[in-house]
Amino acid sequence: MFNRNDILETVNMISQENLDIRTITMGISLRDCASDSRRVVEQRIYDKITRYAQNLVKTGEAIEKDFGIPIINKRISVTPISIVAESSDEDDFALYAKVLDNAAKAVGVNFIGGFSALIHKGYTKGDRLLIKAIPEALSTTERVCASVNVATTKAGINMDAVKEMGHVIKECAEKTKDNGAVACSKLVVFANVPEDNPFMAGAFHGVGEPECVINVGVSGPGVVANAVRGLDPAADFGMISETIKRTAFKITRVGQLVAQEASTRLNVPFGIVDLSLAPTPAIGDSVAHILEAMGLERCGTHGTTAALALLNDAVKKGGVMASSYVGGLSGAFIPVSEDAGMIEAVKAGALSIEKLEAMTCVCSVGLDMIAIPGNTSAATISAIIADEAAIGMVNSKTTAVRIIPVPGMKEGDIVEYGGLFGSAPIMRVNPFSSENFISRGGRIPAPLQSLKN
Amino acid sequence: MKAVITVIGTDKIGIIASITNILAKANVNILDISQTIMQNIFSMIMLVDTDKMSMEFTKLGELLQQEAEALGVDIRLQREEIFTSMHRI
Repeated sequence: MFNRNDILETVNMISQENLDIRTITMGISLRDCASDSRRVVEQRIYDKITRYAQNLVKTGEAIEKDFGIPIINKRISVTPISIVAESSDEDDFALYAKVLDNAAKAVGVNFIGGFSALIHKGYTKGDRLLIKAIPEALSTTERVCASVNVATTKAGINMDAVKEMGHVIKECAEKTKDNGAVACSKLVVFANVPEDNPFMAGAFHGVGEPECVINVGVSGPGVVANAVRGLDPAADFGMISETIKRTAFKITRVGQLVAQEASTRLNVPFGIVDLSLAPTPAIGDSVAHILEAMGLERCGTHGTTAALALLNDAVKKGGVMASSYVGGLSGAFIPVSEDAGMIEAVKAGALSIEKLEAMTCVCSVGLDMIAIPGNTSAATISAIIADEAAIGMVNSKTTAVRIIPVPGMKEGDIVEYGGLFGSAPIMRVNPFSSENFISRGGRIPAPLQSLKN
Repeated sequence: MKAVITVIGTDKIGIIASITNILAKANVNILDISQTIMQNIFSMIMLVDTDKMSMEFTKLGELLQQEAEALGVDIRLQREEIFTSMHRI
C-alpha cells in the first residue's frame, strides 16, 4: 500500500494548488506539403493536420480521466509556413493561416503554432511574404499563432527584421484595436528560438524534428508557492532551493507520465517535457507569488532577479532527473497579464518593464504579454525587441518579446482579455526616442561567445 | 491494472457502504482500505484492482462522481501510476 500522506499530497496538489498539465502539443512536419499550386498546398496541409491530429483531443481527455490530472490544452505545432509555402504560386500567405485555422477547428485544438519564419541572418522570399501576411493572418483567424526568430548567438541580430517587427506589431494592434489588440498576443519575436517548444504562442515544429512528435508542457506555480510558504520563515536559501527541487521533480514526473502515455496511445514518438513553470491568472497559480513567498514584499522590488534565478535553477535541477528528455523553453515564465501576482505588482508600482528585462536575463522567456500605451512608436517597440534579443544572443539563451501596444490606451489603463490571457495593466515605456538607432538597419554581428569551434 | 480511490469530505453514515457497493457491481476488487476522521473530515484511500472490471474505467469514474454528488463528498478515481511516478524513483 502507498504512503497515505503521499496520496493525499498528490490529490491536494491537483484539487487545491492548480497542478495540471498545461499542454500536450503535437508537432507535425508539413515539409511534404509544398507544391507550386496554392490549392494543392492548402489541401495537403489541411489533410495532413486533420489526419495526424484526429485523435489528439480525445486521447488527451481520456488520459485526463484515467489519471485524474487536468490537461488544460491540446495543441498543434507545424513546420514554419514560410518554408512550406515558399515554392507556391500564391503571394498572400494569410490564406494559409486560414487553412491552419480551419484544420485546428476541425480537430478541436485551441491553438496551432507555426505561422513562423526564421530570419536571424536574413530573409528568403517566403520569409518576406509570411511576415507581410502576419497582421492579416492574426486578425482574421482565431487559433493561429505566429513567431519570428530575429537573432541567434551564432548569427547575431538581424536588425532589419527587428525594425520590421516593430511595424508588424503596430499593424497587428491596429487591425484588432476593437479587441484590445489581441492579435499581438498571438505573435512572439524570438532570439535563439527552440524548435520543440510546446507552449503557445511561440510553438512551431522545427526542421530538425521528426515527422510527428508529442511534446508536453507541465505547470504548477501554485504547488511550488505553497511548498515555499510551508517552510520555516527562517529557512535559508539552501532549504528553499531543495524544497523547490523536490516539488519540481514531482510535477515533472507527472508530465513525463502523461507524455509517455500520450505517445503510446497516439503511436507518435515522445519528444520532450518542457520544465517551464507556466502561471495562469487563476488565484494561487502565480510565479510572482513564489518570489513573494521567498520574502519579497512585492514582485519587482530589489532582490526579485536573485529570487527568480534561484527558482529557475531549482526547477531545472529537480525537473531534469524526472524526465528522460527535457527541452523546449524550460524556465519560469513571467507573462504579466497571465499572472495574478505580476498584475498586482504592476498596479502597485513595484514592477516595471526595466525590471522585467533584468528578470529575463535569468529565466527563459522574455518580455511576455506586456501591454504598453497605444501611441508607442514602432521604433520604440523595435528597440525593446533589440534589447531582449541582445540578452538572448550574449547569454546563449532563448529570449522573446510578446508585447501589446493597445490602441487608445495609456499608462495605468487596464485591458481585459479573459481566459488564460488574463488582464493587463498598461505599463510605462521610456519616452525618449530610439528612432535613429533602429533606422540604421543591417546586422549586429555575432558575439565572441559564438566562436566555440 | 490498479487504481486509487480517494474520498474526502464531511463524515456521515454509509460513505464506504455506497462506494463499495458500486465497486462490487463493477466487479472491482478492493486490495486495501485506509480511513481516518480528523475534526469531522472523513478521508479514505482505497487501492483497487480493475483487471476483471465489467465496465470502462471512465464509466466507473462517472458512477463514483454521481455518488460523490449524492453524498456531498469529493471522490477521485486515478490510475496508480500517477502516485508511483510522483513519489517513487
